Parts: sequence; structure tokens; C-alpha cells
Amino acid sequence: MSRFVPLIIVAALVALFLGMMLSDRNPNEIDSVLVGRAAPEFSLVSLDDSAPALTHADLKTGAPVLVNFFASWCVPCRAEHENLMRLAGDHRVQVIGIAYKNEKDQAIGFLNELGNPFSKTGLDLDGRVGIDWGVSGVPETFLIDGDGVVRYRHWGPIVGDSLEQQLLPELEALR
Amino acid sequence: MAGEIGHFALLLALMFALVGATLPHVGAARGNAAYMALADRAILAQFSMALVAFGALTYAFVTSDFSVVNVATNSHTLKPLLYKISGTWGNHEGSLLFWVLNLTLFGALVSWRGRKLPLRFRSRVLAVQSTLILGFLLFIIFTSNPFLRLDPAPLEGNGLNPLLQDPGLAFHPPMLYLGYVGLSVAFSFAVAALIEGEVTPLWARWVRPWALLAWVFLTGGIALGSWWAYYELGWGGWWFWDPVENASFMPWLAAAALLHSAIVVEKRDALKSWTILLAIVAFSLSLLGTFLVRSGVITSVHAFANDPARGVFILGFLALVVGGSLTLYAWRAPKLAPSGLFGVVSRESALVVNNIFLSTFAAVVLVGTLYPLFVEAFGAGQISVGPPFFEYAAAVLMSPLIVALGLGPLLAWKRGNVSRSVQIAFPALVVGFVAALVLLWQTSGDYVMTAFGLGLAAWLISSVILEIGHRLRLGKANNPMSSLRKITRAQWGMSMAHMGLGIILLGITISEAFTTEELTVMAPGDTVEVAGYDFTFEGVAPIVGPNYTAVRGFFTVYDGETILTSLMPEDRVYSNPVMTTTEAAIYPLFSGDLYAVVGEAASSGRWSVRLYFKPMISGLWLGAFMMMVGGILSLSDRRLRIGLPTGKKQQTSGASA
Repeated sequence: MSRFVPLIIVAALVALFLGMMLSDRNPNEIDSVLVGRAAPEFSLVSLDDSAPALTHADLKTGAPVLVNFFASWCVPCRAEHENLMRLAGDHRVQVIGIAYKNEKDQAIGFLNELGNPFSKTGLDLDGRVGIDWGVSGVPETFLIDGDGVVRYRHWGPIVGDSLEQQLLPELEALR
Repeated sequence: MAGEIGHFALLLALMFALVGATLPHVGAARGNAAYMALADRAILAQFSMALVAFGALTYAFVTSDFSVVNVATNSHTLKPLLYKISGTWGNHEGSLLFWVLNLTLFGALVSWRGRKLPLRFRSRVLAVQSTLILGFLLFIIFTSNPFLRLDPAPLEGNGLNPLLQDPGLAFHPPMLYLGYVGLSVAFSFAVAALIEGEVTPLWARWVRPWALLAWVFLTGGIALGSWWAYYELGWGGWWFWDPVENASFMPWLAAAALLHSAIVVEKRDALKSWTILLAIVAFSLSLLGTFLVRSGVITSVHAFANDPARGVFILGFLALVVGGSLTLYAWRAPKLAPSGLFGVVSRESALVVNNIFLSTFAAVVLVGTLYPLFVEAFGAGQISVGPPFFEYAAAVLMSPLIVALGLGPLLAWKRGNVSRSVQIAFPALVVGFVAALVLLWQTSGDYVMTAFGLGLAAWLISSVILEIGHRLRLGKANNPMSSLRKITRAQWGMSMAHMGLGIILLGITISEAFTTEELTVMAPGDTVEVAGYDFTFEGVAPIVGPNYTAVRGFFTVYDGETILTSLMPEDRVYSNPVMTTTEAAIYPLFSGDLYAVVGEAASSGRWSVRLYFKPMISGLWLGAFMMMVGGILSLSDRRLRIGLPTGKKQQTSGASA
């Protein structure tokens, strides 16, 4: 019987690999440990000088909120910008933007050029808040429920099917 | 034009592979010598065509022919010639072509060196080799054609990843590939023997030089890779247990086990089915490495661009090759009963111990590498298996191996005598204990594991020396010179390789425990002391290279009052594509390496720098080099070089094959 052992092991491995390859996963994507937990505490100055500082209290609005980490130097952020505008407009969800490792003037210029989907903004110049949130790169978007608990993390730009098939269902589930 | 020639040559090679993979089997089954003899010609034809195709691709790279997609994506006119050439195998398509070239090269070598193998057996071996070539050629032609055209051709290419533009890395992949592919010969020999249903001591003698050659290349490839990581990644690490590093380490372990177990088959006609299994597993692990790098199943710094179609294709091929050979194994294994016996205490048993530990280690590395995949596949989230797991496994499994390794070569074949061997090795035991105790004493007991490692290394190195002394019959009333001549090159090779392992262990143990590092910010004129050496920072200067600009830092290192050396690390920014790399400056001393890295500019003309003293780190590469030399010495042994039966023996094998 032992002569079949290597064959069985290999068959199991092949099945595993095949499953992993066909599952349409991105190995660079790491599950967020934040999902199911309260959003980390933070306080950031706003890009708008007249607005008060952005804090974690701004996330507990009783309605779902999106938190989007972006930067003017980030090309995928441009790609997803149109969808953020749609989310803020058509889908009537509050989107909060955090400029990640980005100079204030450049972040403002980015929003002036492409339009501003954000109801509130924060400036995370040294990326410290991004570390607390477990951001590995921009863009990343977090869906927060009305109690300030992170419910979903979207890794990478919200483009293609991912708006309709991933983000919106998660959002609707919370409403 | 070169592109079309290369493409055409690939198609021709495919035809020859098809012929070479089928007709010789027909010939062997029917006893048709003409069909069997086709195997030799088919393999030579495949080799020539692969050479033409690879030559065409190299030509396209050297002349920067950007009408070839592969060249446009991976090369650049400003790249130095060496990296234009190494760019040929520095990408997915080109490296596959390089695989095929090596597969055909090894096939042609078997055909050439194996003239005296029985025709029937040789034709089986070459037919299996042709099947492997066929699979890879199909893979290249259908999913990864390196000769695809780009119209209109761009004026400039994208350039090669700057991390790869390094002399160490120019030769690291080809060495590794030669090792991986070298194991294909052992695989083909194993499958041919399974088809024939017979494994003889002669088979082991044929296969062992090929396993040894592959192992030498793997050793060199892994050592080059780790040397590169050491000076290029800029923080002094040399091994990261990254999935792709593990993928090269597993075949190495399996090949090391194989070349030891083959000795038992040759000497005692035992361990046959195990050795066959090892030959299959060793090459399967090479294929697995190739699969992991290219399929996107696992992330790694080494991964090529991922493409699911390619992943599915390689997986299918892997399943076919590995599954097919193991099915054959399951079918034939009962026929491979051992005929020779050996005592529980004997050299053969020591080799079995070696095999148990090496293959267990390979299995543990495999589990550790794939474990995150299992966990994720069963929906238990994402985890990663880090160095502590592998280091623990290495310590637990390699320590008894090294204890046994000191003793094994002193045991007699067939029936040994432990007390006699221990008697010979006793001084080594004393040296090991004293070394460990002295270290413990010196460090007031803080470094228990280091003392243990040092003791093991000292034990191994001195027992190898004692073993040579024993062979020379030193201290007995005879002429050592005459016994010296009696020591065969294979025996020297063994001692050399074992000593190399001891020196690697010494390097790892000492450098891990006693590295001194300073991470600091320095202004020109500042001096920092690291492990008794004074590093004076003299400032920085901008440098312009062929395709990069750099900041070069200048350090003068003093040992007391005397100037020891100046170190000039660089922080390079490559232009195509834009990327920053660190070039550490290293000055090897006998006692260890002085290592300096310059980082980012801090305020007011100060720079962040990293300075290290890494004691005995050179032992790693010296030891690996000794292993390679040991392997080559053994390969050059007359008995192996001929490696072929003569006279009576040949006839018996010819009749039985």
C-alpha cells in the first residue's frame, strides 16, 4: 500500500494548486484583520483649512461610511475616482478621503482636477494612520457601519466589476 | 529575422522531440535496434535546434531588436552587454527556453557519455528525456513564445529589473537551472529503469554522477543567490526562507539524499525502490519550484509575471510527469526487492540515517512552504510561515545528522564497529565539547544554542580531519605518502564536501550570534566604532553609471591607528525602469566582513548609514565552494568518470537490461 502514498500526496497537491489557481485570488492581497473590529482611533487635520480635524468619531454617523485612502501620485487612484464620484452621488453614501503620504497642496490639486467625492478629508502625511489601518498601498477603501465597526476592506482600486459585484452588495447589506 | 529563425527552430525541435519520445520506446518494446538508435539522433537534433533558438534570442537581446516583444519588455539599449545577455534568461519566456536548452544539452551529454550503456536502456532514458523536452516545448510554443513580434517596434525597451543587473544574479539563475535540469537525467534514468522493471547496482553507478553534477550546480546556484541577497539587499541577511528559496533548497536536499542513497544501491543492491523514488521526487521538486514561481499561487520577490493560463498548463504538465512516474513506481516497486543485506551498524546504515534526516527536512520545508496555501484553501484565513519554524526544523533535524556525519565515514561497509569508530573520532568529540564549553565560559552562558552549533561544527570539521588521518594510517609504521596516493578522488571529494558543511555551520553559528550592527545618522567627519573597528564617514559624492545615478558614500575604516580599507557603498537609482537599489560595500577580513550601506539623506548634510561587522560570514560561501569542489573532485574520479562497466560486468547487465 505504501507504494501508493507518493501518488496520493501528489494528487492532493495538484487538487490544492488547481483550486487555488481557479479561485481568482490575488496572492498579494492580505485579508484585513480590521474587519469586524472598531476602526482605529485617529485624528487628522483636514485638507480644508476651515473644516475641523477628522477623527474616528466622524465614522459613527449611524449610517454606513466609506473611508478611502488615496494619493495624488497614485495612478490606480485616478482610475477609481470616477466610481468614488458615483458612490458619493448616485449611491448617496458618505465617502471620507484620507490623503496618504501626500503633500497637502498636491492632494488638493488632485481633487480640484478630478472632482471631490469626499464629504470630509484628512491628511496622513507620514502614513502613521495608514499603518494603524493596515494599509499596504493606495488605494484602499474601508466600509464602516453606523457604529464605527469595519465591515469590509477593498484592496486596490474600485474598478471594473468590483463596484457592482463586491462593494455595492456589501454596502446594501448594511443598509 | 532572428526571431523567425528561432521560432522555426523551436517548431523543428518539437518535431524531433515527438519522434524521440515515441519511436525509441516502440523499438525497445519490439527489439528493433534501428528505432532504438533513433533516440541518439533525435536528442542531438533537439539539442541543435534548441541551441539555434536560444542563439537567436540572445542575438535579438544583444542587438536590442525591439521588434521582439520579449526584448522590448526586458531590455534597453543602455544596459551593459553582460546584462543584455543575462536578460535572455532573466524573464519567463527566455528562462523556459533556457530550460529546454539545458534539457536537450543533458540529453545530448547522456547520449555522448553513455555510449557504453546498453542500447535498449539508453534509448529508454533518452525517450523519457525527450518527453520532458516535448512538454516544455509545447508550453513555450502555446503560452510563452519568446519570439512574438511587436509591430511597430518601439525605439527603446523597458529595461531589466535593476535588482537583476548584478554579476551575481547574472549567473545565479543559469546555475540553478542547470541544477534543476540536471536532476532530469536522474529522473529519466529512474523512469527508464521502472519501465524496464529492473534496478541494478550498475544503474546506481550510471545515475550517481548525474545526480552529483546536478547537486554541484544547485549548490553553486543557491550559494550565488544567497551571496547576492547578502550584498544587494543591504541589510546583511543571506537567507529568508522565502517560498522560492525553499523551492530551490528542497531539490538540493533531495539530490543530496539521492547521491548518498545511490551509493548503497551500488555497493549493496539495497534501498533500490527508495532511490528510484528519490530520483523522481528530486526532479519533481524542481518542477514544483518552476510551477510556484510562474503560476502566481504563492507570492515572492522572485515571482515572474503571473498568467493563469501558464499556471494551468504547468500544473497539467506537472501532474502528468510526476503522476505518471509515480504511477509507474507504484506498479513496479514490488519488483525492486533488495538482494544485499547490511548490518544495523555499518556505513550503509549511516547513509540510511543521512537519507532519513535529509528527506525529512525536505518534507518539512515542503510543508512549511505550502502550509499557508492549505490554511487558506480550507478557509481558515491567511497565515505565513516564517523563519523561526524553518530554523527550528533545521536545528532539530540537522544536529543529529551532523553528529552521525562525523561518525559515518569511519564505519566499515556492511558491518561496522561503533566502539572502534568512536575511538578514532574521540579527539573530535573532545574538540567539539571544548569549543562549546569555552564559548559558554567566555559569554557567561548566554549563548547556549551558539555553543551547541559551534560544538557541532568543531566536531564535524575535526572528525573529517581525523578520518583523513585514519586513511593515511598516520602513527602506524608505514609510509604516509604511499597511503596518500591510495586515497581516491572520490574520497577526497567526500571529505571536502563534509568539511564544507562544517564550515558553513561555523559561519552561520558565529555570524548569527556575534554580528555587530550600528544603524545611525552620520555627518562627514563622524566616526563610529563597530566591533573594534572605527568607521569614519568622509562624505558622499554623486556618481553617474551607464543606466543609473547613484549617491556614493565614503568610509575609511581604521583598526586602531592604521587605515584598514575604504568602503564605498552606493544607493543607486536606475532610470529604466525607475527603481532604487542599495549596493553594500563589503571588505572581507579573515575574522569576518566589514559591511557598510549608505541610506537616505537626513537633515543638514547627514546621512543614515548602516554599518556591520559580520564575523565568519564568509564561511557560508567558502563552505559552499568546498562542497562544489568536493563534488567536482568526486566526479573526476576515474572510476566515476568512466562510470561504465567493462568486460564481464557489461555483458551481464546487457543481458539483463
